[in-house]
Amino acid sequence: MSILDSKIPEGPLADKWTKHKNEIDLVNPANKRNIDVIVIGTGLAGGSAAATLAELGYNVKTFCYQDSPRRAHSIAAQGGINAAKNYQGDGDSNYRLFYDTVKGGDYRSREANVYRLAEVSGNIIDQCVAQGVPFAREYGGLLDNRSFGGVLVSRTFYAKGQTGQQLLLGAYSAMNRQINRGKIQSYNRHEMMDLVLVDGKARGIIARDMVTGEIQRHSAHAVVLASGGYGNVFFLSTNAMGSNVMAAWRAHRRGAYFANPCYTQIHPTCIPVSGDHQSKLTLMSESLRNDGRIWVPKKKEDVIAIREGKKKPTDLSEDERDYYLERRYPAFGNLVPRDVASRAAKERCDAGYGVNKTGEAVYLDFASAIERYGKEKAFTSGHKNPTEAEITKLGKEVIEAKYGNLFQMYQKIVDQNPYETPMMIYPAVHYTMGGLWVDYNLQTTIPGCYAAGEANFSDHGANRLGASALMQGLADGYFVLPYTIGDYLSKDIRTGKISTDSPEFEAAEKDVTDRINRLMNASGKHSVDHYHKLLGKIMWNKCGMARNAKDLEDALEEIKALREDFWANVKVTGKSGDKNAELEKAGRVADFLELGELFAKDALHRNESCGGHFREEYQTEEGEALRDDENFKYVAAWEYTGNPRDAKLHKEELKFNNIELKTRSYK
Amino acid sequence: MKLTLKIWRQDNAKTKGKMIDYPIDGIEGDMSFLEMLDVLNEELVAKGEEPVEFDHDCREGICGSCSLQINGEPHGPDRLITTCQLHMRSFKDGDTITIEPFRAKAFPVVKDLIVDRGSFDRIQQAGGYVSVNTSGNTVDANAIPVNKQNADDSFAAATCIGCGACVAACKNASAMLFTSAKVSQYALLPQGQIEATERVQAMVRQMDEEGFGNCSNTGACEIECPKGISLENIARMNREYMSATSKG
Repeated sequence: MSILDSKIPEGPLADKWTKHKNEIDLVNPANKRNIDVIVIGTGLAGGSAAATLAELGYNVKTFCYQDSPRRAHSIAAQGGINAAKNYQGDGDSNYRLFYDTVKGGDYRSREANVYRLAEVSGNIIDQCVAQGVPFAREYGGLLDNRSFGGVLVSRTFYAKGQTGQQLLLGAYSAMNRQINRGKIQSYNRHEMMDLVLVDGKARGIIARDMVTGEIQRHSAHAVVLASGGYGNVFFLSTNAMGSNVMAAWRAHRRGAYFANPCYTQIHPTCIPVSGDHQSKLTLMSESLRNDGRIWVPKKKEDVIAIREGKKKPTDLSEDERDYYLERRYPAFGNLVPRDVASRAAKERCDAGYGVNKTGEAVYLDFASAIERYGKEKAFTSGHKNPTEAEITKLGKEVIEAKYGNLFQMYQKIVDQNPYETPMMIYPAVHYTMGGLWVDYNLQTTIPGCYAAGEANFSDHGANRLGASALMQGLADGYFVLPYTIGDYLSKDIRTGKISTDSPEFEAAEKDVTDRINRLMNASGKHSVDHYHKLLGKIMWNKCGMARNAKDLEDALEEIKALREDFWANVKVTGKSGDKNAELEKAGRVADFLELGELFAKDALHRNESCGGHFREEYQTEEGEALRDDENFKYVAAWEYTGNPRDAKLHKEELKFNNIELKTRSYK
Repeated sequence: MKLTLKIWRQDNAKTKGKMIDYPIDGIEGDMSFLEMLDVLNEELVAKGEEPVEFDHDCREGICGSCSLQINGEPHGPDRLITTCQLHMRSFKDGDTITIEPFRAKAFPVVKDLIVDRGSFDRIQQAGGYVSVNTSGNTVDANAIPVNKQNADDSFAAATCIGCGACVAACKNASAMLFTSAKVSQYALLPQGQIEATERVQAMVRQMDEEGFGNCSNTGACEIECPKGISLENIARMNREYMSATSKG
């Protein structure tokens, strides 16, 4: 267990990061020119890390499976990014952001990491504005903020519903500057197939050129995995179609511990599933909960009438509606954290109050907000006695200015106008808090292999608060990793170029080609998607929003059987030496079939409920999550031993010196 | 519904391609266009044939991966959406749908419906950034107020997803709308002023080198743009360019 040294610096919480930066070794500029770093993934974490590392003088190679670094899935993040700027003067501070994040994560994250995150959050906003990121502004020309779930201040910076896009394009522009200087070589449409270790250190990767099918060797002094999360293990999720766990899982198989795989975020506001051919789910930003009120009918007969099309939601009067979040959680209301909101929606739908055909949808209603904003707008524009129609018109304009693109997106998918009728929403898999275990320096248990952004486990504990993924991705990439990695690389200044002719590269390449050949030569009974969908069903039904020991035990067996069937009978058309989307999917699903089993094992071993991990056996009388701090106040880091179910558990005990552990309450 | 798909098939950049007919049945209005292609591909795989390759990723209209010239229009018949947001309810039972890749000299076909849009990346690399180090030690974000209208217009230009529909819509395969959107984003902000002269010249130079055509002001790009990027950006870029070149 000694290997799990989190390397948290000594000293008071607020001084740790500064002290650490002062004490770690640096690499001088001349030596940086002789050091190569590989970055996998070009989202917020990878893109920003690559740009900063190149700017510092390292030779960087980036890899992404998309045709351009700009398309990484960070681009789809909608609502915003948190920063403790206290521009609104509502009492925000680094400590409050730290506190909210630790509490929001249900006391399962590392204090020192989260404090550092809060500490650099303000720099992120400064940096992005300097890069020309067009955040939303007020009429006075200063930056605007909004509020997100689980907090009582307005600290979220945003760019309409396209905050992720604007931040990612900022990181992409910083990358472009370095590509133009020749300091980054960007390998697009390339996928990392394996990690190469030489003398126990990460020294490169095997990649596949997805256009030509060529298998390539790339060496480096360090490898940074910023390859995102693994939500697609559920098949249906809000992730992009290509999002996958391959890079992280290959590293895990080579010795990197995988932490808390069962911590998955089910996001409460997504567009419900419409049919069997659905390929992905679409998120409606949490920012909508600033203004939308969530409800289901109070009476079953209204539910039935609505499902049969005999009644419309707008036919129901106020006292016929159950605003269940406001009822159960008066203090936070519709802005409770995501895990709480998701479970509450499931509870109502399981009780038979779901409002669509499948009974798996609740309403998100903007009528009150339209009225409120309309009145305010009429008043401020000198219109003292507006008619109802005028109020509605003005209110809709305000809502459109705030959420226009989200409303349009909803209308295009569902074919209903959310300005006129409430949106229907249901929880969906969105983000994975679990990931590769890293120490304070973001290094995995493999020396020289780092993990940043969603790919690591570090900052969100068992539940992530809204608008903190963008914050973490950019904090890791711009401000943490480029410095901590220097401490490691300072020992490598005399190493020289790493050869790709070594037996280690040879062997890793052979493993990759053997694996591809196995996939191409299976019996060919079922398509890759067939297996992916079956895996998704097992995951959603047995490892989803609520879990119990019996289901998880079943899931372990079912996933194992499915994996064996997959390797024997999957059908991959085409050739391996060509652009081949089926082969790309097959490789990813193969890894999901292993990860899924570890996921179930982790969920089964954690005999408590915390954050996004809800075990039916462990709940309060009111149906809230029941933590067991005595026995489970640790990070579960799993070591690969040849079979996911035989993974060996290593525990990192979490110490809370600055925050008192409490039952999380949003009442 | 029952449809006939006419799809461009091409093995790789070196081979010639051709249109092939695929009948398809059981398509529902709630399916997205790409889910309809998923159904076709599932059938092709079942028959042991190679599925149709097309670019796609987020499937919510923001990554800019998906493309497709559908019945002659980039991203199909609807306005202000990408192909992945197009739903089959926009088509009728019995329709024949033609599906081709985006056509432009600067977008060579990679395979089937996939094209190489690396030229767009290279235009951005030529100058689509503010040269500020990522140290975080810049001035406070609120130290420089920005007029709200300018900030909003800058944002509107910055919502370009780089899909290439503007180029595919243009009879000259011009990339003026794409390039001008980036130039405008920075031109409208104080942070972008310092390098404005060099930026517009470098980006236009690269655009020309990539083999994109000239702009003849037909406005097709604006109509087909899934994000509604305005032609005003082209006018703004022309002004920036004139002023930059007259400065020498």
